[in-house]
Amino acid sequence: MAVAPAFTKLAPAALAFALLLIAWELYARLGGIASTVLPAPSRVLAQAFENRAALADNTLPTIRATLAGFACSLVAAFILSALVDFFAPLRRALFPLLIASQTLPLVAIAPLVVLWFGFGLLPKILLVALVTFFPMMVALVEGYAATAREISQMLAAMGAGPWRIFFLARLPSALPYFFAGLRISITYAVVGAIFAEYAGAAKGLGIYMLSAKNNFRPDLVLAAVAVSSVLTLTLFGLAVLVQRLAMPWENTKGERHDGDKPSRDARQ
Amino acid sequence: MTRLELRDVRKNFGELEVLAGISLDVGAGEFVSILGPSGAGKSTLFHLLTGALKGEGEMRFDGAPLDGARFAFMPQRDALMPWRRVIDNATLGLEVQGMKRRAARERVAPLFAEFGLDGFERAWPAELSGGMRQRAALLRTVVQQRDMLLLDEPFGALDALTRAAMQRWLETMWRNHRWTALLITHDVREAVLLSDRIYVLSARPARVVREVAVPLPRPRTESAALARKAAAIEAGILDILLGTADPISRPSDGENR
Repeated sequence: MAVAPAFTKLAPAALAFALLLIAWELYARLGGIASTVLPAPSRVLAQAFENRAALADNTLPTIRATLAGFACSLVAAFILSALVDFFAPLRRALFPLLIASQTLPLVAIAPLVVLWFGFGLLPKILLVALVTFFPMMVALVEGYAATAREISQMLAAMGAGPWRIFFLARLPSALPYFFAGLRISITYAVVGAIFAEYAGAAKGLGIYMLSAKNNFRPDLVLAAVAVSSVLTLTLFGLAVLVQRLAMPWENTKGERHDGDKPSRDARQ
Repeated sequence: MTRLELRDVRKNFGELEVLAGISLDVGAGEFVSILGPSGAGKSTLFHLLTGALKGEGEMRFDGAPLDGARFAFMPQRDALMPWRRVIDNATLGLEVQGMKRRAARERVAPLFAEFGLDGFERAWPAELSGGMRQRAALLRTVVQQRDMLLLDEPFGALDALTRAAMQRWLETMWRNHRWTALLITHDVREAVLLSDRIYVLSARPARVVREVAVPLPRPRTESAALARKAAAIEAGILDILLGTADPISRPSDGENR
């Protein structure tokens, strides 16, 4: 993507964001609001810088929990979706359970998971997986089903078995669906990890936010929030990047050649 | 020499009788078409041949019961995989047969020029025009080196001009290679231009209402005299088709059911 179009595309969002920050800054300074209630963005930034060591120290465990949980979720989504694709009855058995799992309120379940599995990495992995698994699973299963029938029939006529057809046709057909699901679930991942830490952890952005709140330091809470937002946006950007690399054929749409030299082959 | 031989092949979908006893044969190096109205069950017949469906009746190849791996099948629409480059689409059948991708590419690459795809080996299917996509699909079909080609309305999705160009091109290709081929179409001109013989099917339930030989020399697009003879055969076939069933008064139903 060229720099100029990217800039034009991002400019409105950046402008809106800047205006919001300015309005907030002005309100916090001129409205006579105590900084222990609503700190100005400038103060949040300054305090974030001052406490950068502590913030970084608490960000690393969150990143670790997010990535580990997301990786587990990804692997589980692939394996289970493939199983469901091969054994249709499994879908009817599993999907109600999975949908029910999405109705669990995280605030209630997070302390329980910590109670059961302690303060280590495991409960965080489980909670991240709980919130990120479903969108990817659904996207994959629907994606397999979206395989063009002609392609499956042709492969079968070529003599390909179900496994060959799965890897040659169904899995690649599901890629666009998978990345749509990935973009949704990756935005939940950091939040899931923070929730888990909030319920109990030695270190992490969640526990950092909790203690900052208890110490009447909303500026540090917001600083941690800003860090978690940056984390999520980075992961989202990475997902988009991976999608571009994994699906190079999507980047060439609309650049058809008309290479029909001798025949007067019109465009479709 | 007869290669493919069908005797009284029938297929029902529940109550719905689709094929009511089809008998036909295709000789070595012969181009045969199956021509019939939309919804007659032509594609069902192909799915019986490729083994995707099971029916009743006798299907023989070179005298032995049909075992499935005889045909290279070209489906309606091109069925190119958008995530594979053109050359990797062309090698697909060979890879399924177990050939290494590299060897398959070496086998396929020299054919690109003949198929009018020179220089597009590394292109994505989305970058090709409709006619080129169809040629790539035919390339993928013929490199499998099966005994016989099954072409299921290969040009049905193309616009009229592209289709006419592709028909001429296919005739030229066939004259060079003399593939044994069975073509499904509902395009009378296409059938007459390409075929040695044409089986005309009735509306559903399909049976063979006429076998029409096309004794015209090739190439068939060269002279006006030939075009007049071809037109006479076309008119005769249209009379058969429109006489057996009036397709206008029938409720329209899709071919892909």
